[in-house]
Amino acid sequence: MLRTEEMLLNVGPQHPSTHGVFRLVLKIDGETIVEAKPVIGYLHRGTEKLAEDLQYTQIIPYTDRMDYVSAMTNNYVICHAVETMMDIQVPERAEYLRVIAMELGRVASHLVWFGTFLLDLGATSPLLYAFRERESIINLLNELSGARLTFNYMRVGGVKWDAPEGWVDKVREFVPYMREQLKGYHSLVTGNEIFTNRVIGVGTYTKEDALNYSLSGANLRCTGVKWDLRKDEPYSIYDRFDFDVPVRETGDAWARYHVRLDEIEESLKILEQACEQFPAEGAILAKVPKIIKAPKGEAFVRIESPRGEIGCYIASDGKKEPYRLKFRRPSFYNLQILPKLLEGETISNLISILGAVDIILGEVDG
Amino acid sequence: MVEELLHSQAGILNFGIFFLLAVVLLFVILGFVTYAILAERKVMGFMQLRQGPNQVGGRWGLLQTVADVLKLLLKEDTIPKLADKPLFIIAPVIAFAPSFIVMAAIPFTDKFQFADLGVGLLYYVAISGLTTIGMLTGGWASNNKYALLGGMRAAAQMISYEIPLVMSVIGIVLLTGSLNLNDIVAAQENVWYIVLQPVAFIIFLIASVAELNRVPFDLPEAENELVAGFHVEYSGFRWAMFMLAEYVYIFAMASLTTVLFLGGWHPLFSFLGFIPGAVWFALKFMCVFFLLLWFRSTFPRIRADKLMEFAWKILLPIALANIFLTAIIKEILNLF
Amino acid sequence: MSGEKDLDQLKKEAAAKAKAAALAKMKAKEQGEAQEESQSEDLDIAKQKAAAAAKAKAAALAKMKAKEQADAQEEGVPEDLDAAKQKAAAAAKAKAAALAKMKAKEQADAKEEGVPEDLDAAKQKAAAAAKAKAAALAKMKAKEQADAKEEGAPEDLDAAKQKAAAAAKAKAAAAAKAKAAALAKQAGGAGDDEKAKAIAAAKAKAAAAAKAKAAANAGGGAGDDAKAKAIAAAKAKAAAAAAAKAKAGGGSAKADPVEEKPSPNQPYLDKYMKVIEEHLGKDLIEDSYINRLSKDVPTIIAKPESYFKMAEFLKYNEQLGFDYLSELHGSDFETHMEVYVHLYSFKNSQSVALKVKLDRDEPVIDSLEPLWAGANWPECEAYDLLGIKFTNHPNLHRIMLGEDWVGHPLRKDYEPYDVEV
Repeated sequence: MLRTEEMLLNVGPQHPSTHGVFRLVLKIDGETIVEAKPVIGYLHRGTEKLAEDLQYTQIIPYTDRMDYVSAMTNNYVICHAVETMMDIQVPERAEYLRVIAMELGRVASHLVWFGTFLLDLGATSPLLYAFRERESIINLLNELSGARLTFNYMRVGGVKWDAPEGWVDKVREFVPYMREQLKGYHSLVTGNEIFTNRVIGVGTYTKEDALNYSLSGANLRCTGVKWDLRKDEPYSIYDRFDFDVPVRETGDAWARYHVRLDEIEESLKILEQACEQFPAEGAILAKVPKIIKAPKGEAFVRIESPRGEIGCYIASDGKKEPYRLKFRRPSFYNLQILPKLLEGETISNLISILGAVDIILGEVDG
Repeated sequence: MVEELLHSQAGILNFGIFFLLAVVLLFVILGFVTYAILAERKVMGFMQLRQGPNQVGGRWGLLQTVADVLKLLLKEDTIPKLADKPLFIIAPVIAFAPSFIVMAAIPFTDKFQFADLGVGLLYYVAISGLTTIGMLTGGWASNNKYALLGGMRAAAQMISYEIPLVMSVIGIVLLTGSLNLNDIVAAQENVWYIVLQPVAFIIFLIASVAELNRVPFDLPEAENELVAGFHVEYSGFRWAMFMLAEYVYIFAMASLTTVLFLGGWHPLFSFLGFIPGAVWFALKFMCVFFLLLWFRSTFPRIRADKLMEFAWKILLPIALANIFLTAIIKEILNLF
Repeated sequence: MSGEKDLDQLKKEAAAKAKAAALAKMKAKEQGEAQEESQSEDLDIAKQKAAAAAKAKAAALAKMKAKEQADAQEEGVPEDLDAAKQKAAAAAKAKAAALAKMKAKEQADAKEEGVPEDLDAAKQKAAAAAKAKAAALAKMKAKEQADAKEEGAPEDLDAAKQKAAAAAKAKAAAAAKAKAAALAKQAGGAGDDEKAKAIAAAKAKAAAAAKAKAAANAGGGAGDDAKAKAIAAAKAKAAAAAAAKAKAGGGSAKADPVEEKPSPNQPYLDKYMKVIEEHLGKDLIEDSYINRLSKDVPTIIAKPESYFKMAEFLKYNEQLGFDYLSELHGSDFETHMEVYVHLYSFKNSQSVALKVKLDRDEPVIDSLEPLWAGANWPECEAYDLLGIKFTNHPNLHRIMLGEDWVGHPLRKDYEPYDVEV
């Protein structure tokens, strides 16, 4: 018999398809993975420690950099936490601006995921099509907040800047355009045998596993659990909108792909309704004190970001800085299941599985 | 023309003429490669809603590849310390040389061809298999796990797809009655073989894409998966040799497809015969090349095990069925 | 005090009057609509009408105020004020009626709206109620100011009484409106009604308190007019703010601590305590309360020895069934360390927060990884950044900072090992 050895292969930290600085130490036997150990922490910037010396408004730019692909939801979670603690009522116009910004961010984030997932699998063109649409969204958000990636848009009690003249009409026009493009993605990618061969039945896990490993977002909805915080624990004004929560049963990468693309469709529905209901005038920031002091106590709130459940825990002792600030970052929790999924898989499937989990390293490390 | 030269006296003059013609062909092919690389980048760019190179050499980036090759020539020649030095150095040569060798057997027009071999088709298939050795050697000599994996995959892939490639062409051989490429072209005067052997054409096209290591079969050089596969440790001009080999093979394979299935230099309709054969050849060749580029910007990559499965379980049986069918139909037609 | 008693009597009378008037108005409105639409549209229409009425009232108030200002500057004669006020009041009434009719027609044509509209309408209603009350208050005050001018300083007391009476009237009116609207409502949950009532009550109370204060501050004389207007404006603002706050829910009325509503999640907390005590005994829990700042999540503080057992019980008990671990982290509270676990039950759609206090110098606690595999990395993170050791954890390692790091950064007494870095 030939003597075979297990090889230790290091994927990353610099690697084209690990979506950031992420290291995976693999023990492989030929092409089969025997053991996979993820190593994270390359992007740990100590946001939580820094926050203990910053006022709440000063922390908001730091939140942008956590999940930098969908920064609006990060902004929102901390504003929502402080508003819950102080029991602040956000004005109507500000709520609508927030929802529109968050849903645009959700569409943009899913487009990035779609493009990069397919790029990892070898198809170079869908990335450029997805980024063309994302460019339109980023331009819209640029007009709104002044930045393309790290918006720093929301404040405790509302938002910082009002929508410029005609901005809501532009959003309204974007929605049907995006629908058309979405149809194009489906016709280009979804029916492609080569693609389906690489994702169907790959990286499957059960509903019990998903709940046990605290997965959230599309990773949970692909196993049949119909759970979306926008519907089940509504925050902001999401209870005014009529949208569906896409769910699939199979729990593999194919299901996650479909859930995410369907979520784009649902976000477009929300955007349509929000633009229709948009109040013609109103305040964009509630009357909050200049220096925000949360009352003594603690609070934990969670909202639905494109990657899953993002939560914010604040322990305050009445000062203007938080005593302890902790973010429940969805990619951190979602990544825990990776070693289990990779055992026994081939290296080609490694890329599909890692891509389908949809992690952003800024969020994993925080 | 070359025929007369072949039958003429051996001597310095004839040798010189041969040598000169070969050098001319080399430059023609290199010119093609230069502009094929540019064409690929431009066409892929336009398909992806962007423009390809448009800075170097005017609006169309005409000197882009020249600049790239110049850069590659000037790069530092790195050889890993623990690499197997002789093999490392000779691997690109083994990979590139056969690609140029096969060019000798392909008839471009009825006047312009080099060697009219009785077994032209077999010659092509046999020589092109030598490149696999070059890739394996390169993967092994690099002393790098990624390269080794890439080399292994390349070898597995190319061997697997040689077989459907050859099998699909046997139907044509049956219809022509000869392995001589000139005879094959001559037999397509009235109807091209793409009409008579459509299944064979499809199999041949797929197998040729796999032979060329292009998307969707570019696992050996999967950039996103295991970095760059078997040529990860090569830099500078040695890497350029591998790339050059790939593009010359594209030239050769596209020419072969044209010769075998698209009627070589014959016009589409006989009343268009005033257009010279070389132009027809070039047009058909360009169509095949464009098809290869189109595949590259559309499809994702096939997984390694699916690739093997596809070759052995799907393409090979269909190719065999095609041979069988062709033989039966030919016999039935012969009876009438 | 005698003043208080009088106040009460006046309040009662005014309340009765106002209630009657409001009820009559509501009834008339409802009858007008009942023939035309279906039941669910009644609700919308009533709300819209109330909103329209309030809007009209507010508009009338504004107009009246402007008129008052103009008059006061020009003539300073109380009678004009009176007359102007009466005219304004009449105009407001007429406008309100006309608007109400128009709105009713619009509602008849418009299609049925969905649930979001209910919420909108509810909010509008609350705002409208606040506006109406403010308008009424301001009107009353202006009237009183005019009267006070005529009668003189001692009448301030009367004015105060009148103000109080007006406040009571307005409150009653708002309460009556709310009640009527609640009657007309079909679906929408009892909680909303009670909430609305509580809103109105709290608002009125707050307004009354504010007004009394204002009355006490206001001296006699010419400054009263301007001050009155300012006070009215402030009250309107306060009313609006109170309305907004009350809208946010939670049922905690700020103005009056006695009226603090029990949290809606209190029964859940009671249920958990009961089940835990039944199965595990009494002395496992250090404390339990509802965290009002955090969307009323029931919080249980366990003792370190019973932390794992408690968590296990919370997960596996059929009645509780907290199968999803949402968050796990540690905090350094200087006197002690704390681990906070947020659990969610998909079966019951309820959250619970489980906390445990640890010794600061030797923070050791059981790991929850055997129960929820999702606790693996968060515990590693807590170990890495705070130094909390988790026993029975399969692979406790310094996940973020690496094994070479000295110290635990999130501790409050952390000194960077290499200060120059």
